Amino acid sequence: MRFQAEVIVSLKKGVLDPQGSAVEGAIKSLGYEGVGQVRFGKHITLVVEAGSREAAEALVADLCKRILSNPVMETFTFTVTEVA
Amino acid sequence: MRFGVTVFPGTNCEMDTFYAIREAIGEQADYVWHQDRDLSHYDAILIAGGFSYGDYLRTGAIARFAPVMDAIAEFAAKGGLVLGICNGFQILTEAGLLPGALQRNAHLKFRCSWVHLRVENADTPFTGGCRPGQVLRIPVNHGEGNYFADPDTLRELNENNQILFRYCTADGEVTPEASPNGSLENIAGIINKAGNVAGMMPHPERACEPILGSADGRYLLTSMVNFLTGRASHV
Repeated sequence: MRFQAEVIVSLKKGVLDPQGSAVEGAIKSLGYEGVGQVRFGKHITLVVEAGSREAAEALVADLCKRILSNPVMETFTFTVTEVA
Repeated sequence: MRFGVTVFPGTNCEMDTFYAIREAIGEQADYVWHQDRDLSHYDAILIAGGFSYGDYLRTGAIARFAPVMDAIAEFAAKGGLVLGICNGFQILTEAGLLPGALQRNAHLKFRCSWVHLRVENADTPFTGGCRPGQVLRIPVNHGEGNYFADPDTLRELNENNQILFRYCTADGEVTPEASPNGSLENIAGIINKAGNVAGMMPHPERACEPILGSADGRYLLTSMVNFLTGRASHV
């Protein structure tokens, strides 16, 4: 079975995000009000082959922990959808 | 002494590092390819700076999985000296051989400039030739050198004297303005608990001869040689 996985990697709360701050500054300089807490992350898609949905989720979780995120400063979430 | 200087695709400081060892301090050096697995000829390993694998995903994140990194982890576990410079520091944190992580510089600017470093621990194989509190002048060249660690790790680093260098003024004062990147507590370099694996963002190999503007980087290399020579004579 083939599964499409969508992974989102985010900076942990409290970890400084200079890129987010810079873009937030730009948003403010455009004149928008009431916009804040801009944080950047990564959106990663991949297709995995696995025997079951559970196996696909376990595989993606393993990839997230071992390479796609750095647990020192990042967290991750993902979804897995079966594809033809 | 024979130093191994690692080369990954995208490493770009290996020749300067090689030169510093051979010409500035007169020791032996070889390049170590990222596919190599045998480090048995070496007394110490230098992980040279650059942009391994284009710094894709995160700095050092992909280099960490190269075969040579297993060999370096084994070399370090046996007590071998490993120094990661700039991208080498980033690789060592990704590999879990040093705690913490290097983030984007707080102001988002790539910094290529001279900085001053205060020697916080002069009782290590990498700083044994320095005086405690000595101020070294060595350049930095990075976009992601902003050291980050969680509060527990930071406390542990301080308690175990694992902070090697902090960014400081020319007079040795540690101020926020003296830091080129916004690092926590102005941290510029750290050492592992066992005391044989170190990482630093500044480039000692670029400050090994007076003609380059400073020879302070030699302290790192000569300290390593003196440590290894002393250890050899005690075996």
